[in-house]
Formats: sequence, structure tokens, C-alpha cells
Amino acid sequence: MSPYPRRPLLIVLGVTVLLIRIASAQTQNPTLQGHPDDYPRADVEYGARLYAQHCVACHGDTGDGVAGVALRSGKFRNAATDPQLRTVISTGFPNAGMPAFKLDAAELTGVVAYIRNMNTFDASSMKAGNATNGKTVFDGKGACLSCHRVNNTGSRKAPDLSDIGMLRSAGSLERSLRDPSSQMIPINRPVRAVTRDGKVINGRRLNEDTYSVQLTDEEGRLYSLMKSDLREYNVSTKSTMPSYEKELTPDELADVVSYLLSLKGQ
Amino acid sequence: MLAVILLAVVAGASLGVHAQSSVTYERLLNAAKEPHNYLTYGGDYSSTRYSTLTQITPANVKSLNLAWVYQAAVTGSWQPTPIVVDGMMFLTQRPNDVIALDATTGKVFWIYRYTNEDVIACCGSNNRGVAVLGEMVYMGTLDGHLVAIDVRSGREVWKTRVADSKEGYSVTVSPLALKDRIVVGVGGGEYGIRGFISAYHAQTGKELWKFYTVPGPGEQGHETWEACPPNSKSYCDPEAWKHGGGSVWVTGSFDPELNLTYWGTGNAGPDYNHEQRPGDNLYTTSVVALDADTGKLRWHYQFTPHDRYDYDSVQVPVLADITWQGAPTKALLWANRNGNFYALDRATGKFLHGKPFVKVNWMNGFDANGRPIQTPQPAGLPTYPGIQGGTNWYSPSYSPRTKLMYVSTWEFNAHIFGGTPAVYESGRGFGGGVNQTFVPTAGDPTRNIPGAPGLPNLRRGPINNWTDAAGNGSIQAIDPVTGDAKWKFRLFDVIDTGIFTTATDLLVTGGREGYLQAFDARTGTLLWKSNLGAQMLNNPITYAVNGKQYIAAAAGLSLFVFALP
Repeated sequence: MSPYPRRPLLIVLGVTVLLIRIASAQTQNPTLQGHPDDYPRADVEYGARLYAQHCVACHGDTGDGVAGVALRSGKFRNAATDPQLRTVISTGFPNAGMPAFKLDAAELTGVVAYIRNMNTFDASSMKAGNATNGKTVFDGKGACLSCHRVNNTGSRKAPDLSDIGMLRSAGSLERSLRDPSSQMIPINRPVRAVTRDGKVINGRRLNEDTYSVQLTDEEGRLYSLMKSDLREYNVSTKSTMPSYEKELTPDELADVVSYLLSLKGQ
Repeated sequence: MLAVILLAVVAGASLGVHAQSSVTYERLLNAAKEPHNYLTYGGDYSSTRYSTLTQITPANVKSLNLAWVYQAAVTGSWQPTPIVVDGMMFLTQRPNDVIALDATTGKVFWIYRYTNEDVIACCGSNNRGVAVLGEMVYMGTLDGHLVAIDVRSGREVWKTRVADSKEGYSVTVSPLALKDRIVVGVGGGEYGIRGFISAYHAQTGKELWKFYTVPGPGEQGHETWEACPPNSKSYCDPEAWKHGGGSVWVTGSFDPELNLTYWGTGNAGPDYNHEQRPGDNLYTTSVVALDADTGKLRWHYQFTPHDRYDYDSVQVPVLADITWQGAPTKALLWANRNGNFYALDRATGKFLHGKPFVKVNWMNGFDANGRPIQTPQPAGLPTYPGIQGGTNWYSPSYSPRTKLMYVSTWEFNAHIFGGTPAVYESGRGFGGGVNQTFVPTAGDPTRNIPGAPGLPNLRRGPINNWTDAAGNGSIQAIDPVTGDAKWKFRLFDVIDTGIFTTATDLLVTGGREGYLQAFDARTGTLLWKSNLGAQMLNNPITYAVNGKQYIAAAAGLSLFVFALP
């Protein structure tokens, strides 16, 4: 009998999902082609706020404040794809007067999403989430700290979110709240390990190789296990986090996203 | 069976880390009673680096096998002493990462990465390791901060500024966890800092006390920063104390009965142009005994008054109880960079005796108070020991079984010293030296061979083209009562690796040549060696997990861990 009875199935499922994802990406190619429909509204809204903060002084409300540059056109001399746009924003053109902007990954995703949607985005419709309200929801009604931890407060059961605003885009965070499993990073997938003497460890992975795995359990205790010493080792693709789609109002969701985006580490 | 169960507990009570992840002050006080762990920089508060583990013996040491290797993804010399708590190892890698790993496999749980800003650091930008207390790990940073990190998550809990790195301050020392506080000192002796030792609340990072190693006006010892002579022909700085050095970059020790914590201090600033800072320049190149609760000075002893050779006294203070003139004595043993071995009374600071353990010509004997009688060499002639001294920051070991102090030494190394005025400028180098490594000619030991490669000060590569003519290393077993070497093992190249000894009379150290090597601590007989392929710049340790004893030592950028099959 296989020591990991459920694993082959999971791997098959995983490969299938991956293939579907690749096929989907090849059709839409969202990050390379930059089609406006590909950008989550939360990213566009986040980007609009960042644009107003960092970009509008030179590029203007309508994106044509710099001679020869029309951001709304979607066509740029030095950037055809979104990754190239990110590079332009990050490195700037110091000789031409554009400084390098030190934006984190989530911010770059937002700004690019906004630039790709300047033509159609209606700022007046923007649900400008309020981070302060979001913290209140996060700490209170959402009871997020019963699983997550922020700046050394809260539970160790689920990933620490102290710097989540640097790591995940606004769109991804919003989708996380509505459909947690869809956005779960693989290393965070729930793991159940059973040792030969019957000890059950539920947690998630910190590190793994062919022969060993390092886990943190729901109390934050650390384990380093040899796989050959395990009777059972399962990795689930289903998040244990509930969906907040119906638990929170749209405004509350926007507020929580705004709060999460404000978490940039200490 | 599980390979390791971290922070696993009181006699197999649990698989988890939680039960024992708290390293209490009580545990630190009794660190010697849990020899499977390695809880402080010096092994325990007495800094003897003596372990009571007995699985690896002189008889079986030759059967050691490589258990695992951790390769740091950075470059540069690597100096940390690992800390081990119940199967979990905490290690730093340059510039200021903390790595938590499984001490039986080397597999990593988390890495905390600190981003330094405005670093001005001399001599390799080093870090010598962490301290643990409660459920936190503490690290000093090159940009002059102290950070507290959650043991379980690797996340930062607090960060406090110790000193301004723009002025050349850094924290490279492994902190000392003491009661409810974390004690550190500052590096920067080559940048004109005013050194200090300071303590911070372990939970909050709030500063609790601060002791300046260069006293200010009105403080005891300030008078040793003497006024410049009128019409001085050479450059003299009337405010030399303000940038007088006295850096602290190696961890101190602690005697809980006396409630004293002992720290060694670095060179006076500028390092070499001594004429611009008249006087003894307290408390540079000294040991200071501080009240652990208040940081107040209880006593001091200055090894090299008015230092002009960069003879940092940053060696680890070794606390040992010896019999001195027929009476049991709480002693402080110190093999100093200036080439002398010392025994002091650690309750009072009284000088018991001192004796050179390498060739020394900067002084010749001591007066009745234990003050060295200095014999500065004429211009152009070599001074022994040279800049890197007779030993340096790497830790010695004291075995209560053999009653010997084991020291890694540099023999017959010399420099021709010279000074040039150094005008202080914040954040700029403040050495004031015109020095030359010395390689004696075959026929005239006072004459240098121009252009001959000298001993590399800090780092060497795979080729030794200076040979032992420029100086050699040795491992010495010094009788702390007489100061004489009971045995000496001569090395071709010099050594900057620390030493540990065990209750099976095993001595383990390394060397610049890259050998991890084990000796019989009683006789100095070489028992085993393994070529790890690069200079070993740290202090090896031994620990045990699940009943298996390990030896860990870093060479180059890799940490190698050995165990019996």
C-alpha cells in the first residue's frame, strides 16, 4: 500500500488544474497582452488611488500630461507588455525626468491595471475602501485574527498577514475573501501528516524536499519530519478559510481589501 | 521515528516545540545542565565552551561522518556561533539574516531577512550570532539596531536603534540575554565612535542602561584622557575622548553570584596615532565588570594602557574557579590580543598574574599593580605581536577536568607600526596608521624582506604564499595558575577558529587551512581531522538531539555538521 494514499489523486487533480490554467492563460494572456477585461476591479481601483498619489502630477488626470505620452492609448514606446510597464515604472527614465518609483508588487499590479483601464474606468463609481474601517471589520465582525496574525497579534493557525499588502494584489485579495481556495498559495495548502506512531499533525508547510518536510501546526509549533516516517501525508487544495462573499457587505469587503493592502510589513 | 521534533521537551513528553520553546532565564543560568542545547554565545554564562556531552570520545572521534551541510547564499567571512534549542538551530548569515533550521538535517524552517541602511562597517561586516530568551531570538544589525524575532514565525516583534550607523556604529556582537534584558555593545573602533555597552528590555526593546566605555567629563576615568601638552609638536586632539573608540564586538560573560557582567573593550581611537590622545585612555583595551542590574562600573582592568597597536581586548571573558596561592579563587581568565595570558580576581578585578604566551616585545613584565611595563620599539623595527595580536575574537575554552585554558594563537607575527594624524570626521575611517606587515630576513630577525607577502590580516584563499616565516599558529593548553603552556600544537598557518572541549577530554577547533580537527585535551595529540576546504572563521560547537551528539563548524560559506554513524 502506498504510504501516501491520497497523494497521487491530488497530483493528478493538480496537474489537471494546471493544464486548464495554462490553456486559459494562453487564450487570455492577461499579464502580457494587457486586455482591459483581464484586470480585477479591485486592482484598478487600487491603481487609481496610487495613480492619484504618484503619477497624476506629471501625467495628469487624463494621462496625457507628458508630451508624447498618452497613457490612455494603451500604446507605449518603451513598453508593450505589462511586465515591461512595471519595469518602466520601477526604473523610470531619469534622463527624461521620470524618476524610479519604489512600488511593491501589489502596487505595481494596481497601477498597471489602472493604466490599462483609464479609458473606461469611472472614478466616481470607485468603492474607495477605507483601511481604518477595514481593520475594524478584520478584527471584529470578520474575526480574521482567530486564524491569522498581524504584527504579532492573533492566531498562528493561518498565514501571517503582516506584509500581505506587499505580496498580493488588490484583485487577488478581494478574490481571496470571496473564494479563498482560488487564491491560496500552494505552500499554504492545508497539510495533514500522521506519523507511524499515530501522531496527527495538521498545519501547513514552511519548506519541503524529496525526503523531508518542515511544518508549522495550528499553534505555530514547528516540525521537521522525514517522509519515510509518515503513515499518511496529505496536502489539500481546499482552503479552510470561509468565504466572506455573503458574510460581509461590498463596502466591508472593499474596506478589508484596503486594510490588507495597507499591511506592508514592519 | 521522527527525524527531529523541535523544541521537544522534557523527556519525550510531546512532539511539539511549544512546551519548550521558552528559554527562561532559569534555563540560561543552568545552561550547563542541559548540554544537548547550546543556549548562549559562550555555551553558558561562564563562557568556558566546555560541554559535558560524552558520546563523541577521543577513541571514536575518527569515525565521525558528515551529517549535513548548510550553504549560505552570501559571500564574505562567516563568523556566527550557532545557538541550539531543543533540536532547533539559530544561525545568522551575512549581512543580517537569521535562519532557523532543523539541527539534525539542516532543513530550514524560516529565514528572517533584515534590510540594513547606511552601513559603515569595517573588516568584513560581520555578525557573530543571536541570543535567545523566552520565545524570541535577538540579533544586532550592521546599521546599529537590535531586533527581536518570534521563534516560531521568524517575524520581527520589535526593533530598536542602539546607535547611529551613519557615524560608524554597528552591532556585530552576539547579544547576551541576561535576566529580563538583552545586552549588546557597539562596533566601530575604526570610525571614531565613543563605545558603549547597553541593555534593553527583552519584551519591549526599551533601553534600561548604558555604560560608556569612554567616560565623559566628570565621570570616573575621564582624567585618563589627558589634556594636550602646550605647544605640542605633533597633532593632538583636545577632545579625543569624544571619538575615543572602546568598541565592544564580542559577547561578555556573567557571574550570577556576584551579579557582575564582564565585557572586553576595543582599541582607543584613532587606532595607531596614539600621540593625539595623551593618557591611558580608559576604558579602552580593558575588561569592565558591570552591575548587571544597573550597568554601573564595579571594577576594571586595562590590559594595554594607551594602546598604540590595535590590541582590542574583545576576547571572551572566561570565568573559572581556580586555586590561587592555596585559596579557591573566582578567577577571570584572559588570553589577550596583546600576547599576554592573564588571571584576575573576578570579584575585585585584582591582577593575579600575567605572562606572554607568544613572542611579545611591546612590554617587558608588570609592575606591582599589574600594569605592563611598556617598551615601545624604535621606529622601523618590528613590534610583537602584530596588529592581529597573539589571539583575537575567536573563543578559547576552559576545561574544569583538565584545569587548562585552550587558546588559538598567532605566534611570531609582527608589524612595523607608524602613525599619522587622524582628524575626526563623522562616519569616516579613523585609524591614523602607517603600518607594515613584517617578514623577517633569514639572517636578521629585525629586518623586513621588502615586498614579501605577510600574514593576511583577516582572510586567506587556498594558497599560502607567505609561509610560516611570517608567523604561524598554534593551539595552546595554558595552565591558568602558572601561565605556562602545558602543551602546544604547532600549525603552519595562523588560526582564527574558536575551541570547545568536552567531558571526554576532546578538544575541537579548526584553522585557516580549512581543517576541522580534534585533539586529546590532555596531551595535544591530534586524533582526527577533516578538510572542509576553506578558512574557518567561527567557533565550533557541540550539541545533541534525540540522544545523538553533533559537532557543527563553519568553513567558508558552509556550516558542516558531523556525528557518529
